[in-house]
Amino acid sequence: MEFLRPSDWAEALAAKAAHPDAVPIAGGTDVMVDLNFDRSRPAALLDLTRVPTLDDWGTDGDLLRIGAGVTYRRLIDELAGRVPGLALASRTVGSPQIRNRATVGGNLGSASPAGDAHPALLAAGALVELASTRGTRRVPVTEYFVGPKRSVKTPDELIAAFLVPARPGAEQFAKVGTRNAMVIAVCSFALSLDPETHAVGTGIGSAGPTPLRATEAADFLAAELPWETRGPVPAAMANRFGDLVGAAARPIDDVRGSADYRRHALAVLARRTLAWAWTDLGGAA
Amino acid sequence: MRVTCVVNGETRQADDVWPGESLLYVLRERLGLPGAKNACEQGECGSCTVYLDGLPVCSCLVAAGQADGRTITTVEGLATGSGEEQLDRVQRAFLATGAVQCGFCTPGLIVAVHDLLARDPAPTDPDIREALAGNLCRCTGYEKIMEAVRLAATS
Repeated sequence: MEFLRPSDWAEALAAKAAHPDAVPIAGGTDVMVDLNFDRSRPAALLDLTRVPTLDDWGTDGDLLRIGAGVTYRRLIDELAGRVPGLALASRTVGSPQIRNRATVGGNLGSASPAGDAHPALLAAGALVELASTRGTRRVPVTEYFVGPKRSVKTPDELIAAFLVPARPGAEQFAKVGTRNAMVIAVCSFALSLDPETHAVGTGIGSAGPTPLRATEAADFLAAELPWETRGPVPAAMANRFGDLVGAAARPIDDVRGSADYRRHALAVLARRTLAWAWTDLGGAA
Repeated sequence: MRVTCVVNGETRQADDVWPGESLLYVLRERLGLPGAKNACEQGECGSCTVYLDGLPVCSCLVAAGQADGRTITTVEGLATGSGEEQLDRVQRAFLATGAVQCGFCTPGLIVAVHDLLARDPAPTDPDIREALAGNLCRCTGYEKIMEAVRLAATS
């Protein structure tokens, strides 16, 4: 097995072009498990922890660009105010030791339907920046996932960064698991309410072959919420929203939970996150 | 491949390292530091916790080559000597409260608590539980562990 350690981004892209079967490794919280358990023996590991630009974040016009190597720990410590939904999701990732190493870039690279960052990225309308020696492209995260652990990323591409609106709306996230740490989501839900454009963003985790949006639920809420008066959200509206979110999921029965349970739980999470986000916007409870 | 890093203040070198092996394996099997324990090998249990460039991490999830040129502190590096008086206050507190049963989770917990108290000298009980969420004790000795952290914080 080769161990490739580029010291800058150009070198990293050249290495990936020359070794398209090399497995990129940052925090190692997925890749090393596969190696430790003999599940994979890649021809090469491509260590991205020595590429300094992957650790950067900053504004890019109306967007906030966050390097793929920024850890969950740093998202929580440095960016909670700028990516509130993602920061909430970050707090549910693994344990302190895992959050000190694991990255959103790695989450996107693994592209698991249960990845904790994905619902928040979907709700925020994030872009994923992919790069290769051929060039750089920004893919809406809504088009990024194509199947369980599969994405539109080509073998010669690396994940450079992700981008979200620099001025977030009210964002909330909730996750169901068997304990409060070290848990893969049974299901999760992220919600974003934009008070300026009256847009609603949603993201469903761990309840389908890929992370999903609940577009019908979002459209319903965008049209019905009392944006101008900030009056209370009627129970019937919240219930309908929850039902539409549950209906948007495509869950299966598995070891973590049944499909029926996941739909039910998602409806509950949708109602709860709606109440929290509406309160964040100064709406009546 | 050759891996060179600073471990517990000393520059150490390991040769013929397989690039896919973990930092934990390098520490235990190549550098003779068996303090960090090998249990789950998937980052679930925290028994292999060490400091990597000042941050507690699961050493089973760090590829050996990623540790090259980095600074590592293991549980062996926390005490200033081998006498009981030279142990770190966290180690003394675990002894004093009987927070050690089979002992397998202890080294990881000591490192995690050491980090917690460096960041927060007076943690509340919920803070302690949150900070130790990534360290499992299969003897379920959590009450004594909580007691040890409270004692260490005040000693």
